[in-house]
Amino acid sequence: MKLYCLSGHPTLPCNVLKFKSTTIMLDCGLDTTSVLNFLPLPLVHSPRLSKLPGWVSKDGTLNLEKELKECAGRVFVDSQPEFCLPEKELLDLSTIDVILISNYHCMMALPYITEHTGFTGTVYATEPTLQIGRLLMEELVNFMERVPKAQSATCWKNKEIQRMLPGPLKDAVDVWTWKRSYSMQEVNSALSKVQLVGYSQKVELFGAVQVSPLSSGYSLGSSNWIIQSHHEKVSYVSGSSLLTTHPQPMDQSSLKNSDVLILTGLTQMPTANPDGMLGEFCSNLAMTIRAGGNVLVPCYSSGVIYDLLECLYQFIESANLGTTPFYFISPVANSSLEFSQIFAEWLCHNKQSKVYLPEPPFPHAELIQTNKLKHYPSIHGDFSSEFRQPCVVFTGHPSLRFGDVVHFMELWGKSSLNTIIFTEPDFSYLDALAPYQPLAMKCVYCPIDTRLNFHQVSKLLKEVQPLHVVCPEQYTQPPLTQSHRSDLMLELQPPPMPYRRCSVLNLPFRRRYERVYIMPELANSLVPSEIKPGISLATVSAVLHSKDNKHTLQSVPKPPPVPPSKKRKRVIEEPPVVLAPKPLLSGAVPLEAFLATLQKHGITEVKVEETADGHILHLQAEDTLIQLEEDGTHIVCDNNEPLVEGQDFPNHSNI
Amino acid sequence: RSCILVSIGGKNIMLDCGMHMGYNDDRRFPDFSYITQNGRLTDFLDCVIISHFHLDHCGALPFMSEMVGYDGPIYMTHPTKAICPILLEDFRKITVDKKGETNFFTSQMIKDCMKKVVPLNLHQTVQVDDELEIKAYYAGHVLGAAMVHIKVGSESVVYTGDYNMTPDRHLGAAWIDKCRPDILISESTYATTIRDSKRCRERDFLKKVHESIERGGKVLIPVFALGRAQELCILLETFWERMNLKAPIYFSTGLTEKANHYYKLFITWTNQKIRKTFVQRNMFEFKHIKAFDRSYADNPGPMVVFATPGMLHAGQSLQIFKKWAGNEKNMVIMPGYCVQGTIGHKILNGQRKLEMEGRSTLDVKLQVEYMSFSAHADAKGIMQLIRMAEPRNMLLVHGEAVKMEFLKGKIEQEFSIDCYMPANGETVTVTTNPSVPVDISLNLLKREMALGGPLPDPKKPRTMHGTLIMKENSLKLVSSEQALKELGLNEHQLRFTCRVQLQDPHSDTDTLHRIYTHLKSVLKGYTIQHLPDGTVMVESIVIKVSSSTEDPNTKVLLLSWSYQFGSDLYCLKRGFFF
Repeated sequence: MKLYCLSGHPTLPCNVLKFKSTTIMLDCGLDTTSVLNFLPLPLVHSPRLSKLPGWVSKDGTLNLEKELKECAGRVFVDSQPEFCLPEKELLDLSTIDVILISNYHCMMALPYITEHTGFTGTVYATEPTLQIGRLLMEELVNFMERVPKAQSATCWKNKEIQRMLPGPLKDAVDVWTWKRSYSMQEVNSALSKVQLVGYSQKVELFGAVQVSPLSSGYSLGSSNWIIQSHHEKVSYVSGSSLLTTHPQPMDQSSLKNSDVLILTGLTQMPTANPDGMLGEFCSNLAMTIRAGGNVLVPCYSSGVIYDLLECLYQFIESANLGTTPFYFISPVANSSLEFSQIFAEWLCHNKQSKVYLPEPPFPHAELIQTNKLKHYPSIHGDFSSEFRQPCVVFTGHPSLRFGDVVHFMELWGKSSLNTIIFTEPDFSYLDALAPYQPLAMKCVYCPIDTRLNFHQVSKLLKEVQPLHVVCPEQYTQPPLTQSHRSDLMLELQPPPMPYRRCSVLNLPFRRRYERVYIMPELANSLVPSEIKPGISLATVSAVLHSKDNKHTLQSVPKPPPVPPSKKRKRVIEEPPVVLAPKPLLSGAVPLEAFLATLQKHGITEVKVEETADGHILHLQAEDTLIQLEEDGTHIVCDNNEPLVEGQDFPNHSNI
Repeated sequence: RSCILVSIGGKNIMLDCGMHMGYNDDRRFPDFSYITQNGRLTDFLDCVIISHFHLDHCGALPFMSEMVGYDGPIYMTHPTKAICPILLEDFRKITVDKKGETNFFTSQMIKDCMKKVVPLNLHQTVQVDDELEIKAYYAGHVLGAAMVHIKVGSESVVYTGDYNMTPDRHLGAAWIDKCRPDILISESTYATTIRDSKRCRERDFLKKVHESIERGGKVLIPVFALGRAQELCILLETFWERMNLKAPIYFSTGLTEKANHYYKLFITWTNQKIRKTFVQRNMFEFKHIKAFDRSYADNPGPMVVFATPGMLHAGQSLQIFKKWAGNEKNMVIMPGYCVQGTIGHKILNGQRKLEMEGRSTLDVKLQVEYMSFSAHADAKGIMQLIRMAEPRNMLLVHGEAVKMEFLKGKIEQEFSIDCYMPANGETVTVTTNPSVPVDISLNLLKREMALGGPLPDPKKPRTMHGTLIMKENSLKLVSSEQALKELGLNEHQLRFTCRVQLQDPHSDTDTLHRIYTHLKSVLKGYTIQHLPDGTVMVESIVIKVSSSTEDPNTKVLLLSWSYQFGSDLYCLKRGFFF
């Protein structure tokens, strides 16, 4: 069993597991941190961005002023932003049988994998994962296609040139594999390969392996996966949460007894407490509004935003923000808000009981109804005429490189009254802000990451007791910036097996048994005998049938009777008799008891001769020799019928 | 009414717990004394599964759990769990508060009963205990209707509840995978009908409503609050919009809006089209259909009223019916099946004078129409489901005996499987033949698969030998050598050798060769080898030839075989008739 690691990003994993002749891809995360090297895509012409100076190396030998722009001491690529894809060269992607998706953030690379690679397999995901994943992809495509950029910068990628560039561009890896966004057509084609599954549904793959998603508690429809055969079990844990937010709680007990547990998607903010961050978010928001400023919240259009809105729903009245408009701007804002209300089955218990009343599970329905929250597809159209300040705007993309957020950065960045509050943990806020420097606007960083922290995960692992743990190498050492914090890493016995991008791990696994089914007819014919207390044995002679990776044992068929033919009248064959398999013999034959049995059968003339290994018995009347040895008995006789049947052997273990 | 008890692999499962609407006495609830004469059911049942929220499938649930006594798990889907208590409460109000009946469950009992419910998701495999697992499939009969697959070990049963194989205006079609259950228990409400296309029926319905409205009549459509009502509302809504009609459409009882709200929140359970477009336009927000008030019934002019309940046995639909029955311009459309004994059933059978409570009679002058809109599978649908699931046995329930008999014949003919149709209170026993799962050592399996070659030869099956170790609860199949090793035993070889004398003037090697060629020609299909060490092997039997010391023409044939393969002797016996 092997694990191929195609992504080095611990929370946006992409691994391939080869297990019992199946090839299973676990998640398909798209590393979007690469876009931080690019210049933002403004929705309306930005004089500031267009006036940024081009970059020329200090000695003037290298002139890339068309491709690279300089802003506040950092160099950015002036081109359509590109993403860092999962490694495509490590193995042939067309051999992948299935892709298992754990949550909607971890499927963003799907079109790159399923399209134009010869992929013919199936993708498994839950319904919320598919629907919200589709929205996020749609949003991404929309953000990119709305502001097409004619120029595509490639010169800087030249190895010789890249070496000369200032950091972090200089240190960016595999830049040649970076790709632009996919098209909507590719998204649709990729998503048409998705097959929906429900929690705890058992999906058979080729009869060899069974996969099953389990609730992971992180987002709507998010799941961990169990990959198992009758004798082996691999758990894949990705993006799980033990906090009570909106999704169904995490199913921990089903992870027990795993041979291997692949652990990814732990919190990216191990030192930030989500509840504390939420409090800080609210107080900073209220403070800014009271001072007459605007609040900008760059966020994904699904996920934590539901919790933020729920928190604000309770907070608005007490903080006297009843008249402040809240805007949610995204091409998929409406869909995201609507979809969140229809997945009752995937929600936590509290929200489910609301649906039974029937009431919408999320209070943002009421915020919309009372006009406190308004949503728009973009800043163009209705929004521009209805927009009032001071206000709170939720919009994407959290990288600040594309989407409507770019416009608000340009609009509000120069005033110190305004505040930008970062809640998404995926991007370093300093890097995100770099192309907007110098900024007057206040920055508040309260990343909310509800995924498991190291404390929770070590408790979890103690409970579910996997034999081996595989995890990204980042989890086996403390973070670079906090090297003294040994509590911010995994310490396990045996130590976890670390992986990095392009690793191929041999998982410590020894398959010894396989499931086979004994057909009822054969089962009835077996003769078990107890040879030790509690242990019985039966010899089995059978025909093995293997079909679709399922094995059955059937009775040995009787040879077909020879059709009666007139030509061969001499045929006096007995019909062949198929006997039950004879038992296996073990142990030695005790001489005395054997002689007694012979006597019982009327055989009295026995000459016993001692030999080096045992005895030779000469049954004179029958002209038969019996050689008795420690591990064998040989009966030699003259007539056709053997004299004694094995069953008569006394004190003999018949197996 | 449905209430079925299944015993499978030592587990007892109750499927549905329905109530008979035609009776007002004890007969309306299932007879639980079949299970136990005294005391509670908890010890006798492993779980209860409710397929959907219709009262003939869940109406007796609080009675069973709270009054007879059952504390185990009750499984149903989320929409069923949401809607079922409302219908139960509604029904309780009609029987207890209006008719003043006693010996009925209370509101509190409904609440307590619902606390025992465990929600079930589609396709989720729920492990009830270590051995019993259940899985729900989409049934399409009403919102949240499900079929269940019940499995214990290698035995399994599928119970369909009520289902529908053709998608309609708001629900999708039932679907199940090829799970090959031992028994498929299917409803058979429409066992003989092969219904005409849905479009025709819809057109018919609209035409009748339209005609009645045109001549100034009032149309009463008795429905259950949830289910068919929504489909017909969507139908009328689009028709009204297209034809620009002005006559008011009402929906009785406060349940309307609430009911539609359920559809909005459980939109994932509706059909594909509604699910796809719900963000832009939610089909369950009606423009033309308004809430009904009791006083509207006496308003002049045409109108269409949807009123509950659907079989005219109580409540608002019955009140309106009484008011409108005397006028031949009016019309009542019964969109579903009516149970015997209800007024709905009586008028559908052409009865024109009805005896009402208090000995008064009611003349029925209004037009009575029947439109089969209730979403059950018809004969074609049932056959289609059998093809999908490939059961080994079939069991028909929830239908009329005569019609079931016809369908039974058809099923037995087309699929050659046994088909049963038990009456209420009858027990059917189906014997299954489960195989035994065993763990085979991978070494043995791989060796065997390698020897067997890539493709199995049906004419020459290879026999595999192994030893089954039974220890505590585990069954392991390993090679004999491994078994001995694992158990620390020495193998004991038992060989038999037999001397046969025969007259043959040839040399030893020639004799052996002649035996070899002879056996080769006689014993077709057996492995016969002439080994270089001067022996012939027939399967596992060794044959050697030596000359007698006294007479070189007398040859001694030594046949030697081991005890394990004694059965190989029989082939040799066939060969030695030379």
